[in-house]
Formats: sequence, structure tokens, C-alpha cells
Amino acid sequence: MIPEIGHFALILALCVAVVQGILPIYGAAVGNSALMAVAKPAARGQFLLVLTAFGCLAYAFAEKDFSVLYVAATSNSQLPLHYRLAAIWGAHEGSLLLWTLILTIWMFAVTLFSAHLPESTRSRILGVMGLVSIGFLLFMLTVSNPFERLIPAAAEGRDLNPLLQDPGMVIHPPMLYMGYVGFSVAFAFAIAALLGGNLDAAWARWSRPWTTVAWCFLTVGIAMGSGWAYYELGWGGWWFWDPVENASFMPWLAGTALVHSLAVTDKRGGFKVWTVLLAIMAFSLSLLGTFLVRSGVLTSVHAFATDPKRGMFILAFLAIVIGGSLALYAWRAPRVGLGGSFAAMSREGMLLANNVLLVAAMGSVLLGTLYPLFLDALDLGKISVGPPYFDSVFVPLMAPAVFLMGVGPLAQWKKASLPDLAKRLKWAFGVSVITAIVLPLVMGTWTPLLSLGLLLAIWIATTSVVTLRERLTHVAGNSLGERLASVPRSYWGMLVAHCGIAVFIVGVTMVKGFETEKDVRMNVGETATIGDYLFRFDGAQDVVGPNYTAARGSFSVSRDGRETTVLYPEKRRYTAQNQVMTEAAIDPGLLRDLYVSLGEPLDDGAWSVRLYHKPFVDWIWGGCFIMALGGVLAISDRRYRIAWRRQEPAVPAATRAARRKVA
Amino acid sequence: MNIQWIALIVVLFLSGPVWAGEARPLADDPASEARLKHLAVELRCLVCQNQTLADSNAPLAEDLRREVREMIAKNMSDQEIIEFLTARYGDFVLYRPPLKATTTLLWVGPFVLVIVGATALIITLRRRAGKVIDVPVTEDEHRRVEQLLAEGVKRP
Amino acid sequence: MNRFLLPLSIFIVVVVFLGIGLKLNPREIPSPLVGKAAPDFSQPQLFEPAKVFSPADMKGKVWLLNFWASWCSGCKTEHPVLMDLAKSGEVPIYGMDYKDQRDEAMTWLSRWGNPYPIVGVDDAGRVGINYGVYGVPETYVIDKQGVIQYKQIGPLDPETVEKKIIPLVKQLEAQ
Repeated sequence: MIPEIGHFALILALCVAVVQGILPIYGAAVGNSALMAVAKPAARGQFLLVLTAFGCLAYAFAEKDFSVLYVAATSNSQLPLHYRLAAIWGAHEGSLLLWTLILTIWMFAVTLFSAHLPESTRSRILGVMGLVSIGFLLFMLTVSNPFERLIPAAAEGRDLNPLLQDPGMVIHPPMLYMGYVGFSVAFAFAIAALLGGNLDAAWARWSRPWTTVAWCFLTVGIAMGSGWAYYELGWGGWWFWDPVENASFMPWLAGTALVHSLAVTDKRGGFKVWTVLLAIMAFSLSLLGTFLVRSGVLTSVHAFATDPKRGMFILAFLAIVIGGSLALYAWRAPRVGLGGSFAAMSREGMLLANNVLLVAAMGSVLLGTLYPLFLDALDLGKISVGPPYFDSVFVPLMAPAVFLMGVGPLAQWKKASLPDLAKRLKWAFGVSVITAIVLPLVMGTWTPLLSLGLLLAIWIATTSVVTLRERLTHVAGNSLGERLASVPRSYWGMLVAHCGIAVFIVGVTMVKGFETEKDVRMNVGETATIGDYLFRFDGAQDVVGPNYTAARGSFSVSRDGRETTVLYPEKRRYTAQNQVMTEAAIDPGLLRDLYVSLGEPLDDGAWSVRLYHKPFVDWIWGGCFIMALGGVLAISDRRYRIAWRRQEPAVPAATRAARRKVA
Repeated sequence: MNIQWIALIVVLFLSGPVWAGEARPLADDPASEARLKHLAVELRCLVCQNQTLADSNAPLAEDLRREVREMIAKNMSDQEIIEFLTARYGDFVLYRPPLKATTTLLWVGPFVLVIVGATALIITLRRRAGKVIDVPVTEDEHRRVEQLLAEGVKRP
Repeated sequence: MNRFLLPLSIFIVVVVFLGIGLKLNPREIPSPLVGKAAPDFSQPQLFEPAKVFSPADMKGKVWLLNFWASWCSGCKTEHPVLMDLAKSGEVPIYGMDYKDQRDEAMTWLSRWGNPYPIVGVDDAGRVGINYGVYGVPETYVIDKQGVIQYKQIGPLDPETVEKKIIPLVKQLEAQ
């Protein structure tokens, strides 16, 4: 009964989505207030309906209802409750439902925080989001129904893939989807602006917080995916340039470019057309990611079970949504007026140079990901494009962008003086270069890449200090504390986010430069040394888990004679599908991770063991979280808090007209 | 007899867990193993196609690693080993796409993108500087702006 | 106007490629050996281990080399097709038992039938590697000069045999 209610809720949601997608947009076009007013209740109604459907599916999982095909395929009676619930998004159909739910959550949020927008803009935004949700609901109801019944019901479920039975599974997909889907809001803002023909700086100001929040979620989501792969897959890697990883990274790159471009459009009214295009691109890449993961067009470790019919549907959906938006862009964009002008050497110029580099990086990742497909389609052979390509191409593109990160905040708007900038930055530059050259020598190895990485990270740190100092001299206040407090939060957000990147770069550089690995065979009582740490194998025992049996090894780790920790890596066999999984044991630390993973049992109680010493590896994810923190700081800026508190009414027509004339 | 007993006890003592021996490396020859690793991380497993040859546990991957070890033992160069594999499996087995006529666009593309982007940016900026004329704001308009701003503050 | 149509035009090109991509199989690895000489080998025979099987013996004949194993489920699926093809006498099929146990292979053949005049044994998988085998079953069509003319990846089905293999064999016989 409950699954049928869920199914019915989805059908109703589709009807509501159709209403939401068509009426408000039409109403905005002809100026009909009644039609436009449909948007808000429709969006809220859709949220409640999809939430109901999601709740029904959750219930089916919680109650181990194996008469639902999806539950039988991804769950198991031995699976603990939290993983049964995480299994909702463990495969294709359920993850689509999660996507749709999150879309309706964002819709709901828009209805809550959009009182300051003109009605026509708000109705267009919700209308566009409604059109997108039509696609997803239709997709689910036609070829990907999570509520399809299995008659007769299975006696036992097939179990969630053991790789996914992990806390990371509980958080990573929802975070990621909040990011992906969140870009639909920026997208909807852009389309609304193109439809309405009123592309002014206000649009950029309204879009910014939404875009930043989505970006924060996506940053955290990607970082979690990477961290999860690190500890779950057992070989210590954290980024593989796998097509699905790339599918999440490309919207992130576009989103980062968008956040910077919106700053230019907001402050100076310039490059509106480019910003709109970026907003369309960011969401389009999210949709493209959805296609790549589910269509079977590329091989990936993440790919959901593939079906050409589903692939065709998503491709058609993609063609309509993205093609439609780009067509709208081609039609409407030429009419948009220009904003204020600025010299090439200026803060705007540097922000846009950052955009060029980020978009080129995004384009390169797209090129590398799709290239094997291009060649195969043209019958020119089959190749593989993997980490060696992406690493060689990405670093040279990003290094100049990181360099600009130090210069940009110091450059003046409209026109900056290069000699002046050079003067203000020469201390930072000098310190960075010298430290970058000397530090690796002190640490024992020197390679150009190691030095480059350190140079970029230290550059960001030193220029941030310079920037902050200069800002403090221009700010009111008697004591240092007062002056620090009066620096706006959005400024702190920028500094923190940029420093997050510096932390990330340190992590990557140090791990790649200094990590060590040892493959040994260990008998009970034998030791191995890696880094400064001594590992002693104390034997393995058999343990039983809720849905698996395992051999658990015990390793005592010590340094200079003092005991550091004991690590328990496991080799698990999950009973349902008889799948073997390696659970590595990690001792995380601020300055290094120690990582042990069991290989194969050898004769007489010995095991093949892999040991890693990874310096600074946690700085990789720490850096990402700091970046996201910067984003959060930026959104908590005073101007947004006041706007929310005051709930400014819609801008009256006279003022709007006057603005357009003066701008 | 006593000495023998003492010797036996000493030997037993020394061979227990109290005396920790150094674990042996898994590979027989660490130097060539390092070379294998260096090559294998850039090779694709053909069975588990999302793993490198270094990481995959597939039987074919183990066979191929064995082949590569034998080639290293025969002192074949990296290039020769790669040619051995591509002669049998094609370029698919390489994670670093070789530079050929068909992959020129791939390798050159990113840099072309940057150059095109930078050029477009500079041209657009130059063109705009020509088009946008800074309109001087008249006194009347200044007053109007102030009036509108005052109205905005008054609204609740 | 032109530059505003650029994003849409690029997108249309990408969509066309993605559409074509839906019909392709990204996991399939075509063989670079098609059109090249079949790699040499000299493997013991399954039923008469003292004797050796080598492609040199087959010069002047058009023949099929089928890599199979008793542990492989796809080989089981393909087996009736091979039996029919062997009975028809159109082309001889020689087997290569890939990474298998001798007795299990012989049992498998006596149970399901033996379409092969000779079966070679490749227990270490080296011949497979030389032929670019990455899964079983895989079948090669080799001509009179010992050149590989076609590779079938995965089980043979009646349609492929009828539409591709037999016409090709006839064409190679005529040369």
C-alpha cells in the first residue's frame, strides 16, 4: 500500500510540476498576477508531494519490504538501519528520487527567501525549476520507477554493494546533490533574466547567495567523495579523474568561475551576458553529469546500472533543457546592454582572466573525459584518457589562476597600475620564492613540482596577509580588534576560501612529494618501518559483523620506542553476495596519515601487507572544508542578513525604470 | 647436556615474538618491482577497466604484471614494454594517450582553449572601451537619484 | 549574432556524439592484430599432450581459433553454435583451452561435445596475451597465409556466424 501511495504522490507531483512550469512563466510574460501567484503554492505543494514519495520509499526500506523491486535489489535483512536508509540512494531509481527531492527542497527555499524579488522574476524562477522537475518526474514515472513491485516478493534482498556500506554513503550523495541541484537556482535566475529581458546588476546581487550556497555544498560533497575513496578503496588514492569524478568536478569549476563573475556583474554591472552563460553552463554540466553516470556511455566505477533506453531519455531531456536555454541565450543576449567599462589591467580584468583559466580547465576536463567517445564514434580507434593526461594538463592551467588569486584582491577596480601592484607585492613574492626553493631542500628532496606547489601555497598565504593589512589601514576603528571586526564578512569569506586553496595545495604537494609505500609479507611478530614509524604485526583473528565475516589484523605502531596506536585493518567477506572487501586501517594526524591494508593471507599465518606513510594528506580535505567555510562566511555577510530580516518588498516600477535609465 | 638445554631455551626465547624480525618485502626484487610500479600505474587493467594495472586483482592483471616483470628482467626499455602491450591490446591499455594525429586535438586543446579565451577577453575589453562612453551625470539626475534613495529608506 | 550561437552549436555537436555513444560499447577493445600475422605458438595438445599444436601447421588453410575454458559461462552459451558450425564443415575450428585444468576441460568437452579437431592448452595464459585476449570466449578467423582477418569478442551467435564468419571464410577460401 505504502509504495503505491508514494507512486501516486509522484504522479500528482508531475501534474503540479506541469502547472508550475507553464502558468507562472506565461503569467509573467503577459503580466497576469493571478497566474504568477500560482508559482509559490505549486512549488510548496510539489515539495510536500515528493517528500511524501521519498518517505514512502524510506518506509519500504526501513520495513525491509522486499516486494518492492528496488528495495530487493539494494537492501538486505541483515543490513543495519542506517545503511538501509542510505540504500535509498544506492542505485539509479532511488538516487533520481533523491535528486528530485533536493530540487523541490531548493524550490521551497526559493519560495521562502524571495520576497524581495519582483513577482515576475520569482514566478519565472520557480517556473523554470518546475520545468526541470517535469523532466525528472517523467523520467522516474516512465523508465525508472523506484516503486515498481516485485511479484512474488523476494525472500531476501540482494544487499547494498559493500563498498557503499559506509558512513560516507550516508552523507556524500546528499551533499553532492545539494550542490549540483543548487546550481539549478542560479540557472533559473539566469533564464528568468533572459526571459524578462531585464538583465541588470540587481539580478547578479540576488543570484550570488544562492550560487555560493550551492557551491559550498558541492565543495563539501566532492571532498567527502574523495575522502571516502581514500579510506574505502584500500589503495590510498584520493582522486582518479574517473568520468564520474570529472562529472562532479566540472560543475564545480564552472561554479567557481560563476561566483567570481557574479562579483564583477554585481559590483560593476559588467559582463552580464558572460555571467548568464556561466550560470547556464554550471547547471548544464550538472545535468550532463547525470547523463554520463546513468547512460553507459563511459565506463566508470561509479556508474549506475545502465540501460540505453534511460540514456536516450536523459539525452533528450538534456537536449531540450540545455539546447533550449542556449537558444534563448542566443536570441536574447545580444540585446543586453553593456555595463561599466574597465581596463584590461584591473580587478575586473583579473577576475575575468581567472574565469578564462577556470573555464579552460573545465573544458579540458570535458575534452579528456569525452575524447575516447569522440574517437570511437568516428571509428578512429579506442584510447584511454586517464590521470597522466589530466594531471599534465590541469596543473599548468591552474597555476596561473592561483597566482592571480594573490594579485586580484589587491588590484583596483576599473583600472589598476601594474608597477604599483608589483611594489606592494614584492615582499610577498620574495618570501614565497625563497621559501619554496629552500623548504624542499631542508626536507630532503627537491623536485620542480614540489617547489611549484609550495610556491603557490605560500604565495596565497603571504598575499592574503598583505591584502588584509592593506584593508585594515582603510577601515575605521581604534584598536586592531575593532578594525578586524569591521572588515565585512564577505571579505573574510574571500580570504578564508583562498587560504583553503592554499591548504589544499600544501596537502597535494606534500603527499605527492613525500609519501612512501611498502609492500611486505609479515609473519606474526615481524616489524616493518615506514617514515619514522615501526609497525609490528600482532596476528589476525576472525571476527563476525552484522552482515559479514572478517579477518582482522592487529598492528602496533610505535615511534622512537613510544607506542603511537594500534591499527585493525580487516579483510571482509559480505555474506549476501560473497564479496570480499578490504577495510584499511588509518591513523589520521594533522601532519601525516598512517595507512595499513591487508593483502592476501599467505602460508603459516603470514599476510601480505601494504603500509603507507602519507604526510599532510588530511590537508587536502581540510583545505576543501576551509574553502566551504569561506563560502559560508561570505553568505553570512551583513547585507544578506539585513535583507532577510527586513524582507524588503518588491522593487516598485518607477524605481526600476529610473534604475535602468541611470545604469 | 645442560649446555644443550640452555642453548635450546635460548633459541626458543630468541625465536618468540619478543624478538621482532624485520618483515621481508613482498616482491623478490624491490628495484625491478619499483620499475614495474612506475609502469603499471599508467597502464589500464583490461578486465577491471577502472583500475590501473598496478592496483587490479584480476587474473589477467596478475598475468600481465608477470609478463612485465619478465620483460624488466630481460632489461627491455620502458618504450619496448609499452610497445609489447600496445601491439596486443591497442592504445586502450595506456592511460597516457600517445601523441598521434588522432590525439593532437586532445593534447593541444587545453592550451588552445586558454589562448582563445584570453584573446577573446582582450578583444572584447578593447571593443567595449571604444563603445561605452561614460555619460556625465547632470545635476538634475543627481537630485532625482537622491530623492529615490530617500524614498527607499523611508519604506518599511 | 554569430558568437552568441557558438555555445548552442558546440552543444549540438556534443549531443550528436553522445547520441552515437549510446550505441557504442565503451568496454569493448578491438584488436590491433586484425590484418597482421597470427602470433606464433607451440602448445601441447589437450588429448595428446606429447603432440604439439602450432599455427604453422595450418598454413594454406582457412581456420578459426577459439579461446575457451571450462569455467567460462559464455563459452557454454556459445558451444551449440560452435557444434553446428563444426558439423556444417564450412570451416575447421581449433580450440585453445585458456587457463584451465586439463581434466576439467576434457570432462567438459566429453559432456557437451567436442567441435575441435585439435585443442591446444594455454595454462599460463601466455598465448592469450600474445593474441590480445582479455576475456573468454574469443574467436579469430585466420586465413591461408596465417593472417588474422577477424576477431569475435565474446560468444558467437548464429547471426554473426551466418552474416559475418561464413561469408568471410568463403571469401578467404577463394583467394
